[in-house]
Amino acid sequence: MSNFFKNSDLDNIKAESIVSDTLNNCDDGELYLENSKSESILLDDNKIKNSSYSSDLGYGFRAITGEVVAYSHSNDISKDSILKSSENLKDTLKSKKGTYNHEIPKSNKKYYKDLNPIEEKSQNSKIKILNEVNNYIRSKGDIVSQVTASFLGEHKEIEIIRSNSEVLKDVRPLVRFNVSVVLEKNGKKETGVYGIGGRQSYDEYLKNENWKHVCDEAFRIADVNLKSKPAPAGEMKVVLGPGWPAILIHEAIGHGLEGDFNRKKTSAFHNLMGQRVASEGVTIVDDGTLNLRRGSLTIDDEGTPTENTVLIENGILKNFMQDRLNARLMNTKSTGSGRRESYKHVVLPRMRNTMMLSGKYSQDEMIKSVDKGIFAVSFGGGQVDITSGKFVFNCTEAYEINNGKIGSPIKGATLIGDGPSILKEVSMVGNDMKLDPGIGTCGKAGQGVPVGVAQPSILINKMTVGGTQL
Amino acid sequence: MVKDQEYLNSIASQTIEYSKKLGATDVNVEVVHSISETVNLRNKQLDESNRSDSFAIGITTYINKKKSTISSSNLSKDNIKILTERCIETAKITPDDEFNSLPDKELMAKNFESLDLYDEFHVPNNKKIDILREAEEAASKETKIINTETDFTENKSNFVLANSNGFINGYKTSNFNISCVAVAKKDSQMERDYDFTTKRHFSDLINPKNIGESAAANTVKKLDPKKIKSDKIGIVFDKKISKGILNVLSSAISAGAISRGTSFLKNKIGEEIFPKSLNVIDDPKIKKGLGSKNFDSEGVETNNLKLIENGVLKSYLVDTYYGKKLNLKSNGRCGGTSNLYFENGSMPFETLLKSSKKNLYITETIGHGTNLVTGDYSVGANGFMVENGEFIYPVSEITIAGNFKDIFKNITLANDLEFKYSTNAPTLLVEGMIVAGR
Repeated sequence: MSNFFKNSDLDNIKAESIVSDTLNNCDDGELYLENSKSESILLDDNKIKNSSYSSDLGYGFRAITGEVVAYSHSNDISKDSILKSSENLKDTLKSKKGTYNHEIPKSNKKYYKDLNPIEEKSQNSKIKILNEVNNYIRSKGDIVSQVTASFLGEHKEIEIIRSNSEVLKDVRPLVRFNVSVVLEKNGKKETGVYGIGGRQSYDEYLKNENWKHVCDEAFRIADVNLKSKPAPAGEMKVVLGPGWPAILIHEAIGHGLEGDFNRKKTSAFHNLMGQRVASEGVTIVDDGTLNLRRGSLTIDDEGTPTENTVLIENGILKNFMQDRLNARLMNTKSTGSGRRESYKHVVLPRMRNTMMLSGKYSQDEMIKSVDKGIFAVSFGGGQVDITSGKFVFNCTEAYEINNGKIGSPIKGATLIGDGPSILKEVSMVGNDMKLDPGIGTCGKAGQGVPVGVAQPSILINKMTVGGTQL
Repeated sequence: MVKDQEYLNSIASQTIEYSKKLGATDVNVEVVHSISETVNLRNKQLDESNRSDSFAIGITTYINKKKSTISSSNLSKDNIKILTERCIETAKITPDDEFNSLPDKELMAKNFESLDLYDEFHVPNNKKIDILREAEEAASKETKIINTETDFTENKSNFVLANSNGFINGYKTSNFNISCVAVAKKDSQMERDYDFTTKRHFSDLINPKNIGESAAANTVKKLDPKKIKSDKIGIVFDKKISKGILNVLSSAISAGAISRGTSFLKNKIGEEIFPKSLNVIDDPKIKKGLGSKNFDSEGVETNNLKLIENGVLKSYLVDTYYGKKLNLKSNGRCGGTSNLYFENGSMPFETLLKSSKKNLYITETIGHGTNLVTGDYSVGANGFMVENGEFIYPVSEITIAGNFKDIFKNITLANDLEFKYSTNAPTLLVEGMIVAGR
């Protein structure tokens, strides 16, 4: 763990005294210090196109009283700079008086190791694998027109200093391996993308030639899309495959259950607590405690240990996801969901690993029950309007279903639905829950944070498919 | 105050010198300092104040045809030394790429016009709060508005770009932004919309009262939307989103996408891809322009570029690396376009709305449904049904879809171009797109 004050005119004791002095008359707040390193190595067009490294060090000083948040950040960790931030916070909150809440839960549990994935594997061996990836995919035939493969690695150390010298620390590794393939046949071009990752070293994901599986998946998706026909347009039944398609849950209801939008009453869910928001049999949790997963955190960015939060139980809305600010204002406790992209960003309540738990049906039963609809297996991204509840996501691999049988692949299309009502349209929940491969990044208010999703196959009675065939 | 040129210059020069000492054959360095202050109000009360003071340095070292890049927020001498060493070590073991190089010397910017991109004026936080209150008061006059949120952001930034061929230049820029988001409610249904103003100079900002009023009006209009039947129909793109079509164009004609063979516009130079009447211009030298610049992110001179002339694609957006690969000279578009716009159309807005008996007017799209490889497009949308030129009712939970090769060819522009963003387009009509709804 690095000493954040090593090259500055401050030490922990001096910094802690500035923090206590600043936050004395506030309800909450902290000095958040962060030292992050990241790397990206990219192979594209048969070459190592980019090899970059980034190191970022800085602090974010936050003071909260009532509903008002004052924030000041800088990458200059010095007495002058932190005092200037302190003045800035005091000035914003000068007309307010609060009582500092010292209570913060403690836990010894850890969900990943203190390792630095960037240094654990040599640059040469990373370059070697990327070249092998390129050769392996291109050996599949002349139809391969482009291969892009990349490693992204990150090592983030954080330290949170609260009033009265309470200090909380975490070290977070994160890696991702990604492959994108463009195939060309008879003048038609299509793309396939696949990736894996999480909070452990690269080799855990690459061992046993597992990287070949990633290449095969990317190739397979592009190949399926080469055979695709235009997607239908209009309302129909939709069967979602297990795993990554759970970004439906993330977009459709996850964002709407974040504490801030509900405190401000701008979420379509704000007055639905305790009410039925999903069909019977639908249970959704947001879990920060899964070992080594991309969305997992030992402590959140306010220092609260994460937990497994039940959002919807058997169709009934049970909890929102909370950071400390929104929990206090809504008279409840933080669920360990306070997250920020970096020291440059304020804390917001965010998702971690959002999962729909397994039910009792098989995927076969779902497909057989559909006369006309689509079977969506893989997705690109999604988006939601929290207030109106409307959300979208984009299929990257989908098939038509005719008379209970899977038919031709269809072109990528956007699916649109209404968050508060979509889960009431879920008529079958599968027995095949799967975690996503570890590639998700969620955006909110300009901040990106790593997240995970999981779900079994599900059948949705009615969704609008945005194709071109009327 | 943001750091002056002298300070940034000296860091850049020292870094270049040190890199060369360690064996770099070429070096490119960018040093940036920015200060940003934001104040947010919610329901007329202070919600958040945020001050950001940040440095950034980006170093690219070349050892002949080997290249590596490093970036950091820590400008201390020790840190820059460590990073430069790491950058050089990484470059040494990175394979050669014959197209890696600094830009050709004769293409580097030599004319440094004053583009009037910096306003020294500082708005104290209490003044920011007053301005935002004015916007929120105007917005909440509308009784159906149940929540208002506003923010005022003031950005000041200075940068220096330098390379080992002797180029060194940079300048200060500023941005002032007021935005207002309103939420309206009817029964249990809520809708949200916004308006904003962004300018280089404080005194050019639109009156906050107008921003609040229009945010509220935009929001209330959306209440009680209907989902319409799937149909083939003309789509009118509001100015908030019509510029998105230019963003698709610019991504698809970037030299990178062309060279990699991942653009639906590959090999279309000289072809008519838009109607004959359309011109698309990228003008970096607009005074006070939000996208204005004297040179691109490699220091190459940027000049006015006509990308589309009488409907014909005239040039790609070329940087040094992909330019060398495609055998084209860089046209100073590393990092993308500057002030990109459709030359104004000739049809009045009202006439455009009346072009068919029924049109769908779209004010917002959601999702990322553009496939640049194929040109396929499918996104969620909401807006209004227009019949005989009149707005009839709001529409939501639908998608619009098509392929950009067809969309481009079926565009009609209105004559209401204004410069609100760095990329701007007038209201435009695209005939014959597919709407999926009920």
